[in-house]
Amino acid sequence: MANSSKPAILVTGAAGALAQQVINRLRDDFHLVAVDFREQVYLGDDVPSYCIDFNKRVFEDLFRRYDFEGIIHLGRIMSSQETRMRRYNANVLGSQKLLDLAHKYGIHRVVILSTYHVYGATAYNPALIDEQAPLKSAGLSMDLIDSVELENLANIYLWRYPDLNITLLRPCNIVGPGVRNSISTLLASRRAPVLAGFSPMMQFIHIDDMADAIVLAYRKSHRGVFNVAPDDWIAYQHALDLSGCRRVPIPSIPPSLPRTIARLLGLKSFPSYLMSFFKYPVIIDGRAFRDTFGFKPKRPLKEIFRYYRENKHPV
Amino acid sequence: MSLRSFIKDKLVSQSLDDQINRIRKPLGSLGYDPWGIHNDTLKIGFSVAQKVYSKYFRVEAEGVENVPAEGPVLLIANHSGQLPIDGILIAFALASRQDRPRIPRAMIERFFPTVPYVGNMLNQLGAVLGDPVNCAKMLANDEAVIVFPEGIRGSGKLYRDRYQLKRFGNGFMRLAMQYNATVVPVGVVGCEETIPALANFRPLAKALGLPYVPVAVPFVLPAKVYLKFGKPMYFDNADIPEEKVTERVEVVKAEISELINQGLSERKRLF
Repeated sequence: MANSSKPAILVTGAAGALAQQVINRLRDDFHLVAVDFREQVYLGDDVPSYCIDFNKRVFEDLFRRYDFEGIIHLGRIMSSQETRMRRYNANVLGSQKLLDLAHKYGIHRVVILSTYHVYGATAYNPALIDEQAPLKSAGLSMDLIDSVELENLANIYLWRYPDLNITLLRPCNIVGPGVRNSISTLLASRRAPVLAGFSPMMQFIHIDDMADAIVLAYRKSHRGVFNVAPDDWIAYQHALDLSGCRRVPIPSIPPSLPRTIARLLGLKSFPSYLMSFFKYPVIIDGRAFRDTFGFKPKRPLKEIFRYYRENKHPV
Repeated sequence: MSLRSFIKDKLVSQSLDDQINRIRKPLGSLGYDPWGIHNDTLKIGFSVAQKVYSKYFRVEAEGVENVPAEGPVLLIANHSGQLPIDGILIAFALASRQDRPRIPRAMIERFFPTVPYVGNMLNQLGAVLGDPVNCAKMLANDEAVIVFPEGIRGSGKLYRDRYQLKRFGNGFMRLAMQYNATVVPVGVVGCEETIPALANFRPLAKALGLPYVPVAVPFVLPAKVYLKFGKPMYFDNADIPEEKVTERVEVVKAEISELINQGLSERKRLF
């Protein structure tokens, strides 16, 4: 309420590095309100920050207090965090609550962050998967089911309530300073596991570019589902090499063996449900987003890997 | 990575290096494309293929200049010989031609990506999973794509069925029509004699999850191979029923059959 002349935006997942980048890019033009259900973060005096569970009734008070113009929903719990049930509650039911409130309070711009994991990694994946492709992850891993469900939900609201102007983004691997996902942890480690004989093609986007993409998606209102990925590709094992990681091969057949090894060793960054992503490529086609929004990533792959080579955390 | 550079230093000459670099390939900043082709591995593969092509199989290629230098192309050939040797030889013939060479992409069986090391190596050499989406995206990318419409029906056939064309799938014709791709028929003569198979051991193939397990000599025989590239064929994108598409496929098949017959009649001896 501090500055009512600026339109207000609700940003979720505020504790994450990506949300903070987005907030920094938008804070001059908008009145931002940050929410996270994990922790309360301080984002400066001009950005009110809350720690609220979307499924609690007090969440609606935010909508009463601030006259939101839009929502940037980045607060998806990653598959490596929490239990399956808590993830489902937060990602699916929480997001539904958020979208219901968005509709009730006449919000007319919503950007939702999803992930390329929804496509699922299989040996039969073609390269350059576009947005129309089926979301196979649902049939492959129960641990990614909440990501696919969130997508389905967003799609239902996208078509049922066109006035919400929902844009759903499916980025490739987001990496860079501050990112805490599995792939970033692997690139930042001194030794990283690989499946012997498999080095799937991968795509990486720098967190700064991804923040730019989200801001662009918010400002240029185009409804729909979009992949976000640069036109550049690299094999996983080569990426580890360039990031200065020593590769530790794990036997890859039969498929249950690497899963058991990863579970026994407690490799957090190499979880069993992502195993097929380290085996088979999931290359997405980012051309629709590039052409619709005029998006061009600025940080090349070499720069990304140089960062990881120079910033190693002890394992 | 170091092993790759080592092999590359040993095998790849400077002139070959320059030649591969000159060929147009839509690669990213680190030398890969979305399907996983890798420039340095390609050079190693090229230098190995050179010896296999000229020394072992003593390939005689005719009409390779018929393949257009630009735009989407489908190279349609007969498949034979248990292993995809014919694909490698066709690819090398086009990649090594003097006038405006191209790196064609071969569509491979769905079984290969599941095999450790082999799947990755094939991808780095330019082979791609034989999925219609892959083929469509490549044609949109102006690539030349090698397709064996017989699929495993062709490569797994027994020696007694040699040079008999099996049923052709219609998929390639639909794609050629949709993407306005030039179809170049190719007749391959000689690959049937590289690994002559007497029988197919079906129960073992089923147990191992393989398309077939041939009862054959355990090595590749040095047959002399003839590649006959036919005249380019063009098909419009008319909205026609499937039977008309089949008729168009039959035209291509007849052309390939004719090219095979030419090769067989010119052939003096098997090895």
